Amino acid sequence: MTGRLAAVAALLAFLLGLSVATFSDLRVFLPAILKGAVVTVEVTFWSLILFYVSAFLSGIGRGSKNTFIRWSCVVYIEVFRGTSLLVILFWFFFVLPEFGITLSPIVAGVLGIGLNFGAYGAEIVRGAIVAVPKGQYEACTALNISPLKRMLRIVIPQAVIIMIPGFTNLTIELIKATALVSAVTLVDITYASVQQNQLHYRTLEIFSVTLLLYYCFAQIVRFGMAMLEDYSKRHLLRKA
Amino acid sequence: MDWKWDFTFDVVLPRMWEAAGVTVYATFAAFLIAIVLGLVLMLLKSYGPKFVQYPVTEFIEFIRATPLLVQIFFLFFVLPDINITLPPVTTGILALGIYNSVLCAEVYRAGIQAVPRGQWEAATALNLSTYRTFRDIIIPQSLPPIVPALGNYLIAIFKETPLLSFVAVAEIMQISKLIGSEYYRFTEAVTIAGIFFLVMSLVAAAMVRVVENYVKRSILH
Amino acid sequence: MSDVKIRFDDVVKRYGPLVVLDHLNFQVADGEIVSIIGPSGSGKTTVLRVLMTLEEIQDGVIYVAGEPLNKMESGGRLVPASKAHVRRLRSRIGMVFQNFNLFPHMTALQNCIESPVYTNGLSKEEAIKASMELLDMVGLADKRDHYPSQLSGGQQQRVAIARTLAMRPEILLFDEPTSALDPEMVGEVLNVIRQLATAHSYTMLMVTHQMGFAREVSDRVCFFDKGKIVEQNVPAELFDRPQNERLQKFLSSVKEAH
Repeated sequence: MTGRLAAVAALLAFLLGLSVATFSDLRVFLPAILKGAVVTVEVTFWSLILFYVSAFLSGIGRGSKNTFIRWSCVVYIEVFRGTSLLVILFWFFFVLPEFGITLSPIVAGVLGIGLNFGAYGAEIVRGAIVAVPKGQYEACTALNISPLKRMLRIVIPQAVIIMIPGFTNLTIELIKATALVSAVTLVDITYASVQQNQLHYRTLEIFSVTLLLYYCFAQIVRFGMAMLEDYSKRHLLRKA
Repeated sequence: MDWKWDFTFDVVLPRMWEAAGVTVYATFAAFLIAIVLGLVLMLLKSYGPKFVQYPVTEFIEFIRATPLLVQIFFLFFVLPDINITLPPVTTGILALGIYNSVLCAEVYRAGIQAVPRGQWEAATALNLSTYRTFRDIIIPQSLPPIVPALGNYLIAIFKETPLLSFVAVAEIMQISKLIGSEYYRFTEAVTIAGIFFLVMSLVAAAMVRVVENYVKRSILH
Repeated sequence: MSDVKIRFDDVVKRYGPLVVLDHLNFQVADGEIVSIIGPSGSGKTTVLRVLMTLEEIQDGVIYVAGEPLNKMESGGRLVPASKAHVRRLRSRIGMVFQNFNLFPHMTALQNCIESPVYTNGLSKEEAIKASMELLDMVGLADKRDHYPSQLSGGQQQRVAIARTLAMRPEILLFDEPTSALDPEMVGEVLNVIRQLATAHSYTMLMVTHQMGFAREVSDRVCFFDKGKIVEQNVPAELFDRPQNERLQKFLSSVKEAH
């Protein structure tokens, strides 16, 4: 795990070294790709926030006793899971203006990715809540704890630990999915490398660097989430 | 908003119909590559010699950690550099298949791991050969989790085929983009593309559930 | 009849076609300690679960301290109970579960103060003071900052008892409190329950397989079969001179097992 991270860091450092060295072609295209990386990080950041918020809201609402809330959540989840992300992005950017709603590229990208992944995350939240043993609910009834307090203080703290592996994978999937934002005219890592490829024809180098950058992001997330899981297990459940 | 029905029927639907064929073809071809290559990867990773296990594990992690779109570009631009010229749709299917094969490998592994240890021990106690153990004991019991998971990847591949539009494969998304830029109207084509994916994946998901129940009933009773 | 604490009035509980409580009539006096015994599937645990409002009943009325639990009076008639009504009556009842059901993400002390602080609105200091006395009573004051996963089964069940008592209930329900325990831990839990039975004035209703213990602490023992009370009596009479044939069979099969 950390070995993999160290190897990636070393490789990146080597590439950066190469890029400042005058004799390398990397010097020509790496700055452009790194500029794209800034866009990727920006889109990822806002999408992640929207992703977590909508996953929790719809995942909890999916189990609500209120029929209206439950069904709106089901419809949201099914629609955004059922269609393809790329189609959603196109629809937000090219069709919504027809309805009088014009979104800037970054807003369209963040909305599309965040809502799409929120629908997948909802299933994880829902599954984790259902996985909390029935006895915990019964204990709450016996202790006269209200449904709201039960959810916030008893169920969710236990469910969060169950959710972490699923959210780790979805977070990595989300980072990878930001590669599609060129569909809404954003110049992220992927699109920047396509542009650089058209200018310089250094295909192998350019796309290797691009793949490596994404790989590096994914390893950082994996590492961070593993620490989070470790921490929450120790501090929430005190499992030795 | 103005939605033009005659435009929808005369221009959009006929061209989308043709493109749907490409989408479905790409989906099944990529799925086939994914389930076969996935099995090979799983066997190499779990049962291969040590010096193979390590690179296979890292290969799987690398494919999982990088975007499908970049992998598609990589194959699309790099293969010609080494003098392999394939039609875009074949390159796309190859990329989709490889990308999903590592996920299928994981499905196989998890399915086999889900068989309780006691079953292996019972097979050992009954002195069954490795082949018999796998064929009669392990594989039948691991199918119930594996089959629906593979079905879900078929749906996932289907929803990933629009990415092939980036390399100009004439599937649904590419055609709706083309219609959009030819007529300066995106509304009908993109909306219909969305509905197409939604309906097809809801139907497919329902079918996966039916198969899932069937497998469960016919194997575990 | 002001000293009747719990009364089941023709209570029917069904799961689909399966009748679990079959027109059950049953009452428990204030301060009385009643044990319920019977074969599995006889509906004995269901008596506790419907009383704790974990399950709904299909017919009849349950009274707690003279007030209907599943219904409430409105204009002289009984109407389905409101949530507030149920919550108010529920606060008089506490239940100890077979599997403890401690909250795994909270320490022993946090488990005890959760409901007093967040449901009854006690201040944290008060709740901690009261809970520490209870943890001390069950012999676990030194484990206050331990999480359930760090405690043995017997210790967990003692914490669960302290947690139940912390709500200051008048009625205590024990649902096979020692069934999930390793044999060597049964004694420590029974000691705590014995102490509650002898030194306090709780009304107690206990489902148990520990015949010796039921005989020792109970004022009355009820034998359940097929959703009904088949026989009930003071322990000595019921165990030594069982009248009903099914009870005789049940007691001899239990004796064989030991």
